[in-house]
Amino acid sequence: MLLEIENMTVAYGRIEALHGISLTVGEGEIVSLIGANGAGKTTTMRAISGIRPLAGGSIRFEGEDISKLRADRRVVQGIAQSPEGRGCFPGMTVVENLEMGAYTRRDKAGITADMNRVYGLFPRLAERKKQVAGTMSGGEQQMLAVGRALMARPKLLLLDEPSMGLAPMLIQQIFDIIVEINQQGVTVLLVEQNAQQALSRSHRAYVLETGRIVKSGTGQELLNDSSIKDAYLGVA
Amino acid sequence: MDVAGLLRDFPELTLTGLEQGAIYALVALGYTLVYGVLKLINFAHSEVFMIGSFAALWTWQGLGFVYDAEAAPLGSFLLAVLVGVIAAAGASALTAVTIERVAYRPLRKRNAPPLAFLITAIGASFVLAEGIGVYTHRAPYGMPRLLQPEVVFQLGGWKFTNTQLIVITVTLLAMVALDQFVSRSRLGRGIRAVAQDPDTSALMGVNKDRVIFLVFLIGGLMAGVAALLWNILPIGVAKFNMGFLIGLKAFAAAVLGGIGNLRGALLGGLLLGVAENYAVGLFGTDWKDFVGFVLLVVLLMFRPTGLLGESLGRARA
Repeated sequence: MLLEIENMTVAYGRIEALHGISLTVGEGEIVSLIGANGAGKTTTMRAISGIRPLAGGSIRFEGEDISKLRADRRVVQGIAQSPEGRGCFPGMTVVENLEMGAYTRRDKAGITADMNRVYGLFPRLAERKKQVAGTMSGGEQQMLAVGRALMARPKLLLLDEPSMGLAPMLIQQIFDIIVEINQQGVTVLLVEQNAQQALSRSHRAYVLETGRIVKSGTGQELLNDSSIKDAYLGVA
Repeated sequence: MDVAGLLRDFPELTLTGLEQGAIYALVALGYTLVYGVLKLINFAHSEVFMIGSFAALWTWQGLGFVYDAEAAPLGSFLLAVLVGVIAAAGASALTAVTIERVAYRPLRKRNAPPLAFLITAIGASFVLAEGIGVYTHRAPYGMPRLLQPEVVFQLGGWKFTNTQLIVITVTLLAMVALDQFVSRSRLGRGIRAVAQDPDTSALMGVNKDRVIFLVFLIGGLMAGVAALLWNILPIGVAKFNMGFLIGLKAFAAAVLGGIGNLRGALLGGLLLGVAENYAVGLFGTDWKDFVGFVLLVVLLMFRPTGLLGESLGRARA
């Protein structure tokens, strides 16, 4: 397994947000984590990236315990994240944002090649290289955030709500691109409220409810699960 | 109010104002950089300047440059400036980085509230000033007269002195170098990234502690350069509490230009220096400090975020 989370608890002050969750992500998979607002999806992602400390349990990446590793070291190990709410650096241009994604790398040629790869995936970004991110539309910033995470050349790509706030056509497009990135060899852990799209594109998925994993299975199994349909897919 | 006097002395007041303002600006950088990254007013920064000034003085005394000596010949002047700037910038940078390590970092690791940082900053400032005060018996120390101020060239009514040219040129060079570093280099991008969004920076692999170290280091170096420039001015005197007023003015300059903004620090510093000196021409020397701070208060009423207003993160080349 590329990523193994065991019995992870995370707390904000005295309030426990995650009550011991366990999940795994295998190499080459797209795994999604679905759940309602406040279920703990973003907390899970922040804990994996190391910007939220664990109160208990462990995270292993490529077999090594990284629970105590500093956030910036985890990027070097191969974990990159496109955070919730896009989180582009508003005062930096598209190029500078992408360069920030490659902050831990020194291989100039490789960085240039990856930048072109990102422009290939998101032609829109190539047209706006010198534009300051804060002045771009929500969809463009979302593309930039995903592209920026790719610039780290990660083994595991964490995507937190990549479709949030996007027009329906763009949602299709961004999911197509996620599948394409995965086919290029990047393992993906995806957090989504758009359960329909996420489940139909994922190999496996977990359902998170108020800090606990209540269900897991292949994407198809969960799509056909009646309780999931009721709660997350908006069909009776 | 002596309008005729202001008009008569306008060129001299302007140049003196730019000279002093340039020094405010260099000190202001330290406030602005640290604020940009940590949202912390590092009140101990005034002492970083003071210690740089003493470091240069003691180095000169050790090398045999003494007060009231004849103005030194060019060769030994350049040597004195070289060792002086190394001593001042080195001591200031070391002081700044030590303050960060000893006073602020432990608070950060414990997620202390902003008020704890503020009190710690004021405390660190007093400890340093009083420490040097005890060591130097609270006496003022005159600087060796390394350079006799003299007019080196004249343009109409504008007489440029050698110290004015040195101070303004060095300040502009330091500013351009810093601006390029922050806007073009990888580490500079790291500084801007942490200023804009610390959590997302961590997701990019930026080591926040290293960025914080770097801004204290740069702020310290710049304060050291400012201290050396201050020392070669004819008014240059080192005293344990010298940092207080200069620090306060530099902080005012940073706020005036827009705190967190590097170019704002330069603009604010120069503006404050010039305004102060016009006040001297209009109302007399006693009004110098009064007018500087009135200017600050009035300007903030109309532009609460300062003249350039943007954060370090948004400051673009």
